[in-house]
Amino acid sequence: MIPEIGHFALILALCVAVVQGSLPIYGAAVGNSALMAIAKPAARAQFLLILIAFCSLGYAFADKDFSVLYVAATSNSQLPLHYRLAAIWGAHEGSLLLWTFILTLWMFAVTLFSKHLPETMRSRILGVMGLVSMGFLLFMLTVSNPFERLIPAAPDGRDLNPLLQDPGMVIHPPMLYMGYVGFSVAFAFAIAALLGGNLDAAWARWSRPWTTVAWCFLTVGIAMGSGWAYYELGWGGWWFWDPVENASFMPWLAGTALVHSLAVTDKRGGFKVWTVLLAIMAFSLSLLGTFLVRSGVLTSVHAFATDPKRGLFILAFLAIVIGGSLALYAWRAPRVGLGGSFAMVSREGMLLANNVLLVAAMGSVLLGTLYPLFLDALDLGKISVGPPYFDSVFAPLMAPAIFLMGIGPFAQWKKAELPELARRLKWAFGVSVVTALVLPLVMGKWTPLLSLGLLLAIWIVTTAVVGLRERLAHADGPSLSGRVAAVPRSYWGMLVAHCGIAVFIVGVTMVKGFESEQDVRMNVGETATIGGYTFRFDGTQDVVGPNYTAARGTFHVSWDGRETTILYPEKRRYPVQNQIMTEAAIDPGLLRDLYVSLGEPLDDGAWSVRLYHKPFVDWIWGGCLIMALGGVLAVSDRRYRLAWRQQEPAVVPSARTVRRKVA
Amino acid sequence: MNRFLLPLSIFVVVVVFLGVGLTLNPREIPSPLVGKAAPEFSQPQLYDQEKIFSPADLKGKVWLLNFWASWCSGCKTEHPVLMDLANSGQVPIYGMDYKDERQEALAWLQRWGNPYPVVGVDQAGRVGINYGVYGVPETYVIDKRGVIRYKQIGPLDPDTVEKKILPLVRQLESQ
Repeated sequence: MIPEIGHFALILALCVAVVQGSLPIYGAAVGNSALMAIAKPAARAQFLLILIAFCSLGYAFADKDFSVLYVAATSNSQLPLHYRLAAIWGAHEGSLLLWTFILTLWMFAVTLFSKHLPETMRSRILGVMGLVSMGFLLFMLTVSNPFERLIPAAPDGRDLNPLLQDPGMVIHPPMLYMGYVGFSVAFAFAIAALLGGNLDAAWARWSRPWTTVAWCFLTVGIAMGSGWAYYELGWGGWWFWDPVENASFMPWLAGTALVHSLAVTDKRGGFKVWTVLLAIMAFSLSLLGTFLVRSGVLTSVHAFATDPKRGLFILAFLAIVIGGSLALYAWRAPRVGLGGSFAMVSREGMLLANNVLLVAAMGSVLLGTLYPLFLDALDLGKISVGPPYFDSVFAPLMAPAIFLMGIGPFAQWKKAELPELARRLKWAFGVSVVTALVLPLVMGKWTPLLSLGLLLAIWIVTTAVVGLRERLAHADGPSLSGRVAAVPRSYWGMLVAHCGIAVFIVGVTMVKGFESEQDVRMNVGETATIGGYTFRFDGTQDVVGPNYTAARGTFHVSWDGRETTILYPEKRRYPVQNQIMTEAAIDPGLLRDLYVSLGEPLDDGAWSVRLYHKPFVDWIWGGCLIMALGGVLAVSDRRYRLAWRQQEPAVVPSARTVRRKVA
Repeated sequence: MNRFLLPLSIFVVVVVFLGVGLTLNPREIPSPLVGKAAPEFSQPQLYDQEKIFSPADLKGKVWLLNFWASWCSGCKTEHPVLMDLANSGQVPIYGMDYKDERQEALAWLQRWGNPYPVVGVDQAGRVGINYGVYGVPETYVIDKRGVIRYKQIGPLDPDTVEKKILPLVRQLESQ
């Protein structure tokens, strides 16, 4: 019964989406406010209906209702409750439901925080989002219904893929989707602006916080996926340039460019056309990612089970949504006009360079991801594009972008003076170069890449310190704490996000430069040493988990004869799917991770074992979290809170305006 | 050209490729050996270890060479398909027991049935290297002149047999 309620709620939601996607947009075009007024209640109704559907599916999982095909396919009676609930998004159908649910969640948020938007704008935005959700609901109801019944019911489920039975996997997809789908708001803003023809600074000001929030979620989502790959796959890597990873990284790059270009449109009214294009691009790439993951056109470690019908549907959807919005762009954008002019050396100029580099990086990732497909389609052979291509293309594009990142915040809008910039930044530059050259030598190994990575990281931090000092010197306030408080949160946000990049770069550079690994055969009682740490293997014992059995190894780790920690890596066997999983044991630390994973059992209790010593590896994810924190700070800036307060009905004119009136 | 049309044009090209991509299978890897002479070997037979199994004996016939092992789960999956094909008598399937224990291989055939007139033994995996085997099961279609005409990676299924293997075999027989 409950699954039918969910199914029915989906059908109703589709009906609402059709109404929401048509009438308000038409109403905005002809100026009929009764039709426009439908948008808000429709969006809320849709949210409620999808929430019902989502809870119904959750109930079916909690209740172990194996007469629902999707539940039987992705869970098992032995699977613990939290993983059964996470199994909602453990495969194709349910993750689509999550996608749609999050889309309606964003819609609901738009209805809450859009009181200050003109009615036409709001109805267009919600209308566009309604059209997107209509596509996804149609997709679900036609070829990927999560509520499809299995009659007769299965006696037990086929279990969730053991790779996904992990806390990281419980939150990674929702985070990622919050980001992907969050870009739909910026996209809807852009389309609404194109439809209405009013691309002004106010439009950018409204889009900015939404874009930043989506970007924060995406950043955290990608970082969690990467962290999951690191500890769950058992080979110690954190990024593989796999097509599916690239699918999430491309919207991130476009989104990062968008966040910066929105700043220019907001502050200076420039880059309008470009900003609109980026907003379309960021969401289009999210949709493209959805297509790549689910259509089977590319091989990947985490592609979903594929079905040509589904692929065709998403491709048609993609063609309509992206093709339609790009056609709209080609039609309307020429009328938008250009913003103010600016010199090459100016803050606009630097942000433009940053944008071009980010988009070029995005383009090269896209090319590398789709290149095997291009060649195959042209019958020119089968190839795969691996990390060497991406590494060699990505680093040269990012290095200048990061260098500019240090200078950009110092440049004035419109026109800046190079000599003056040089004067303000000479100390930061000198300190960065000297430290970057000397530090690797102190650490005992010098390579050009190591030095370059450190140079960029230190450059970001030193320029941030110089910038903050100048700010504090110019801020008014008697005490230091007063002046710190006077610096706007958005400035802090930028500094923190940029320093997050620095932390990330330190992590990548140090891991690449100093990591060490060993693949060894270890008998019981034998020791191996790596990175100064001695690992003693004390044999394995059998343990039984809720839905698996495992061999658990015991490793005593010591440094200089003193015991550091005990690690328990496992080799698990999940009987339902007959899968073997490697559960690495990690001793995390600020300056290094120790990582042990069990390979294969050999004779007499000996095992092949992988040991890794990974300096600074946690800085990679730490850096991402810091970036996201920066985004949060930027969104909490005073002017957004003011905008929020101003919507409240009783707007008391501020003291200053009253005084002006009196005068 | 109007620069505002550029993004749309790029997108159209990408969509066309994605559309073509839907009809392709990225997991299908062509074998460089297709169209080349099947590598020679002479391996002991599984049942009668004194006797030798060699492709030279099969010149003038169209036949399948199936690499399998008792430890391989995919071989169990395709086994009923092989049995049906062998019973239909349309084409002989010769087996190559790949990196296996003799006793276990014999027990496996005893238990599930033997579709092969002759089974060769490739315990060291040397023949497998020459044929470019990188996982069992793999199946080769070899024509009357001893040329490899098709390679199946992974288990055979009824559909592939019906639509690819049998038409090819008939065509090769008529040559």
